[in-house]
This record gives sequence, structure tokens and C-alpha cells, in this order.
Amino acid sequence: MKVLALDSSGLVASVAVAEDGELLAEYSVNYKKTHSQTLLPMLDAAVQMIDLDLQTIDAIAVASGPGSFTGLRIGSATAKGLGLALGKPLVAVPTTQALAYNLYGFTDIICPIMDARRNQAYTGIYTFMDGRLQILEDQMALDIHQLIEKLNERNRLVMFCGDGVSVYREAIEKNLHPTAYFAPAHVNRQRAGAVAALAMEYLKEGRTQTASEHKPEYLRVSQAERERQARLAERAEQS
Amino acid sequence: MKTIMGKVRQSMSSENIRILAIETSCDETAAAVVENGRKALSNVIASQIEIHRLYGGVVPELASRNHMEKMNQVITQALKDAHMTLADMDAVGVTYGPGLVGALLVGVAEAKAISYACGLPLVGVHHIEGHVSANYLEHPDLEPPFLCLIVSGGHTNLVIVEDYGRFRILGSTRDDAAGEAFDKVARAIGLRYPGGPEIDKLAREGNSQAISFPRARIEDAPYDFSFSGVKSSVLNYINQQKMQGLEIPRADLAASFQHSVVTALIERAMLAAEEFHIDRVALAGGVAANQGLRAAMGKACEKRNLKLYYPSPIYCTDNAAMIGVAAYYEYKKGVRHGWDLNAVPNLKLESV
Repeated sequence: MKVLALDSSGLVASVAVAEDGELLAEYSVNYKKTHSQTLLPMLDAAVQMIDLDLQTIDAIAVASGPGSFTGLRIGSATAKGLGLALGKPLVAVPTTQALAYNLYGFTDIICPIMDARRNQAYTGIYTFMDGRLQILEDQMALDIHQLIEKLNERNRLVMFCGDGVSVYREAIEKNLHPTAYFAPAHVNRQRAGAVAALAMEYLKEGRTQTASEHKPEYLRVSQAERERQARLAERAEQS
Repeated sequence: MKTIMGKVRQSMSSENIRILAIETSCDETAAAVVENGRKALSNVIASQIEIHRLYGGVVPELASRNHMEKMNQVITQALKDAHMTLADMDAVGVTYGPGLVGALLVGVAEAKAISYACGLPLVGVHHIEGHVSANYLEHPDLEPPFLCLIVSGGHTNLVIVEDYGRFRILGSTRDDAAGEAFDKVARAIGLRYPGGPEIDKLAREGNSQAISFPRARIEDAPYDFSFSGVKSSVLNYINQQKMQGLEIPRADLAASFQHSVVTALIERAMLAAEEFHIDRVALAGGVAANQGLRAAMGKACEKRNLKLYYPSPIYCTDNAAMIGVAAYYEYKKGVRHGWDLNAVPNLKLESV
């Protein structure tokens, strides 16, 4: 089984191709260039390097959110276009699950955190048991102090990863009771290799989507919707 | 394999060039198949008007999200309506600006992925060039040069179309676009979004001479426009009426406002036609669907013996067929974009 994977959910742009138990190509860039300019040229470079015939892939995997709204859409629209053109299914891999999968085999707590602004993190609480990713709490947008409280209650070692670490490290070190580890450079950001590897598991379970039905998981409504809902709620309260 | 397929495709399509076109610059998710730059084999538009109406205008984040949800269905439908598959296409055209950046990016990423996976050339298109090109769809006799008045929610330009995709910009708006002024005035008198068509409808019941609104002229720039003055004076008029406890004559106001804007547009177009000795005038952009503008422009052109062109309303609104036309002429000129094509929200219409 061959999977092509994309991740442009955060600052990193990453593409990978995996076949069965092997990673054939992976290309990641953590640089300020926009994903719109990097993602497809990177995919093209990887494809050319391994002489990949796109028709031979079984599915297109994409980090499906949460993350930067625009970044998610660039990845998802690219995946949808590839899926439409090649007639292949998509595998939507939740971003925080893929981040946790970088730390395969870690049997204490894995806590990916992505900066979601407004003092919040996109996060989830994971661990590995019997070689499989276990979801203790699936992805959510959460206030960082509420997250730390949840982790204190669990009272187990925590390995943090993700771009939220640089933002919330101080708060974590100050308020977290169990020992905190921070994942090293090669596994602390989004990697399409992890998206591909986890997608392979999803694919075996038949968890695919059509390219048409796929859309990113934002975990947040837009600001306009939020404000409108607040206005409506206020009006309902007054009447 | 790829090159052989490419060769077969080229030899088969030496007569007909077919372009799959994609447009997502604002709040319409659109795709079309266009043959030889003149014939729309399909033209599919998924409008988001109902979604944005709740907010009184386009919400960029919601526009982007809805493009994501409709994009593939719209493209698939466009191919189906044309009774074709991607294998029948010769290129992919896509709007890459100007427009809402997040909205543009959906179409650009999708178009790039499709052209990449199919080995098709990619042609990025300027949205306004698309609007101008909409005129070629139904007027086989229309070829450059001609004068074009581009009027939409985001743009107001008077240009000479010197060649396909080659413009000489004579004048532009100094502030609000004409369509923007329509939307704001409509909102002020309680009409629903989008305001342009609503004002147009209401204006038919009113007296265009009832209220006098100013028409700005810009010194030393005879072809430039300004609509913020007329907009402000309409808003002031509404305030004064309200303060005096008087009713607002909505139909008269709509008719008088529309008359003021339309007159400003026509005056400059007629001046340019005379100055540059051009006998063909085209309208383009969303406001080109305005009945008041079409009728008044028709009269003005008839009086001066000028031939007037404008697209059907379905090709005036944002659509992908017009993008397919513009892409065709760019394609013929040899324009090809790379896989790093980005959305450019403030893409300029280049003047020669």
C-alpha cells in the first residue's frame, strides 16, 4: 500500500510518500515562506526523486486540522485536487494525532500543543499501549491553564511537542506537577512521514473519505459566527 | 508514459483548445469548461449569497470554508455538463488575484493540484481580465481594440483593450468602487445584501431627478472616478430626513443615487470614445448587469453611433467561464505558471 501525505497545518510544510512499512521520501521545511509557494514544488521534488508514478498510490493523506485555517486549506485543497484528478480516496489524519505519532512507543503522556492564540492551545492527550496510539483525550482548543490542570490530574510524565511549546513552556514549567519533557528538534514539529504512517493504519481500517466530502477540521467557528451567536444569545437574554 | 499521453493529447486537440477554469476570488465557487476561448461548454456557480446575507456582506473566513466544501463538486459538475473528463482538457486556468486571499488560495491550490496530477499546463488569470473577457463568450465579432468600462464591487476602471490581455488604463476610482457604493447605500436604506441588484430594482419605481446628488470630477484626471462623495451625501440626506422626522423616499433615493453613479460612468466612457476614436464600447463586471446602466449606456451609445456590448447577467457575476476565456488567450500567448503560483490579493491590472 502506498500513501502520499501532506501537512501544512502549521509553520512547517511537509510532504512524504510511504509504502507499507517504509518511508520512500520525506521533505519538510520550517521556514517563513507561504505554503502556497512551497507545498506543491516540494511534492514535485519528492515525486521526481523517487520516480513516483502518481497513479500507483492508494490514497492521499492530509493533516486535517486543527491548525492555521489558511494552512489547513492549502493542504486540504491540494489533497482534494489530487484526489479528484487521480480518482483516489483521501485519509484525513487529525493534526495532533500525527504530532503524537512522531513519539511512537512512548508509554507516558504525549501532549502536542499548537499555539491557537487567545491563550489557547490546540491540543490532545495521547499515549502508546501495545504499540498503538491511544487517545486519552482527542483534539480540542483549550486554555493552557485548563490543559495543565488536566495533566496534573493524570499525574504522569508528560512529553510535549508542537509549536505551542515555545509559547507556553514557561507556564508549563511553572504550573505542571509531573515531570515535563520537551521533544527534541527532529520530532517536535509536524512531519508528513508521521501523517503517512498513521494514515496507513487508518487505511487498513477503511477510514477513508472521498476527495469531494473532505474538509478540514478547524475546531473553531469563524469570528463572525462567534460574534453573531453572542449577539443572538444576548438578545435572547434581554427578551 | 506521461510524455506519450501529452503528445497524443496535443495532436488530438490541435483544432480545439479546452480549458478547465476555476474561480474562487470572492463568494462564488465556480468552474467551467471553455472551448477555444469563445464557447462555454459549461458554467457552474455555487453561490454563497445566502450565507453572507446573515452578516450583511461577505465574511472572508466563511467564504474560504465554503469554497472548500463545494470545490470538487463544482468542478465535477462542470466537466459533466460539458460531457467531458479531465483527459479532454488542454490546460487549467485559475483566478489568482485580485480578491480575498483565503478564498483565492482554495482555487489556486486545487487548480495547481489538478494540473499537476494530470500533467496539464497551468495558467493563472487576473480576475478583472476575466470580467472583460466575458464579452467574448457571446459576441463572436468582438475583438480588440475596444473601450471597456469595468464596474464591480471591488473595481471601477475605464480601459482600452488594445489586445487580448493587454490594457491601457485610462481611469480608475480614487476611493470606493461603484459597486461598493451601491452596497453601502443599499444597506443604509435597509435593502438586503447584495445591494446592487436591489437598488436597481427599487430605482425603477422612483424618480431619478427627485434628489440631486453631487458628481465628483477629479482635476487633471478626466477619466478617474470618485464615489465616496455621492455615497456620503446619500448617507447625510438619510440622516437629515431622519432628524426631521421625515420619511425616506426610498425609491426616489435609489433612482437618484443610481442616476448619479450611472451618469458619472457614462460621461467618462463617452468622453474616452470620442477622444480616442473608438466606436465599440463594452461593459464588464458585476455592475454591468445593472439594468439602469445598460439602458442609459445603450441610449448614449446609440446617440453617438457606437456599438455597445455587454455579457448576459450570468457572465457578469463572478463565474469561471470568463476565466476560461482569459486563460485561453494567455495560453495562446504562451503564459504558463509554475507549481509555486500564489494567490495575489491586490494583483494589479497592468497597463501597457
